[in-house]
Amino acid sequence: MRLSDLKAVNEARSRRRMCAVVTPLDGSPGRVVFAEDAATDPLANILAARFASAKSGREAEAGVFVRIHRPSPRLVIIGAVHVSQTLAPMAEAVGFEVTIVDPRGAFATEERFGAFNLIAEWPDEELLKLDRETAVTTLTHDPKIDDPALMAALKADCFYIGALGSRKTHAKRVDRMTAAGFGREAIDRIHAPIGLPIGAASPPEIAVSVLAEVIAALRGAETRVAPQRQAA
Amino acid sequence: MTDDPLDVAERWAREGRKVALATVVDTWGSAPRPVGSHLVIDGEGAFEGSVSGGCVEGAVIAEAVEIAAGAPPRLLEFGVADETAWEVGLSCGGTIRIYVEPLDVSAEAAA
Repeated sequence: MRLSDLKAVNEARSRRRMCAVVTPLDGSPGRVVFAEDAATDPLANILAARFASAKSGREAEAGVFVRIHRPSPRLVIIGAVHVSQTLAPMAEAVGFEVTIVDPRGAFATEERFGAFNLIAEWPDEELLKLDRETAVTTLTHDPKIDDPALMAALKADCFYIGALGSRKTHAKRVDRMTAAGFGREAIDRIHAPIGLPIGAASPPEIAVSVLAEVIAALRGAETRVAPQRQAA
Repeated sequence: MTDDPLDVAERWAREGRKVALATVVDTWGSAPRPVGSHLVIDGEGAFEGSVSGGCVEGAVIAEAVEIAAGAPPRLLEFGVADETAWEVGLSCGGTIRIYVEPLDVSAEAAA
């Protein structure tokens, strides 16, 4: 691998840009291809499939190895609530970049969340800067705070979107999202009630079930929930 | 400072160290690290990252030190069918293929 290619890859990763390193296994020099340039590459078909699945692998016929560099996943937690106090450190341990957003100053305190990236503002599209490599969990139970974040998450095609609340609460949420112009397919992308059904009772246990569901979505694993976008 | 292998490789190169990059390119059966996992090695045998969770790193590092010093890239295979694999101990029973290549710091690499 050329040093210039390595630098390009590291810069792409720090800017959250998806890229591929194509390495011929006969020792000839490889190259870096960005997702947006894949269509004009000699291996366009191979790269399109690799980028879509975000999976690295050897292409025997082409004699190359394709290493897909996918940005590290982010988790945006809406609500500096009790569940979040366990969810944030667990998600960080698993490898997520964690951001907690809650406009209510009494909740969003450093005392409760220590060193986490904590934003005491309303979660709108502009503020959240969501992308496909981001998971969004809304945990406030307050539609005024949760709904704008859910809408921003749907627009950004986040790989996981989950909302705390009962089935009844969710039915009302579906009505509001429909009124806001979202179609059935989009709304079905929201995991609600949030989390895998492990019988979680306490807030920390709910955090475990939420994080497990987020990981399942990240890795493209089958769970009982509605199908996610293509397997990771 | 991050200990991500590719960041480490760039840092080492900047420091003038010779560097080789090992990458898991194939796995069959139960393999401890997924395809795409990286291990970087410098000319002295210092390393960062992992390609197997520890079972074959020693053998990979030995090859990589030579490749960092100028030997050609190599595709290494470790598996249960291979006696040397028993020796280096891929005890999980899987087979892995690892590509080891030098980090080319010459400004103009020959095509």
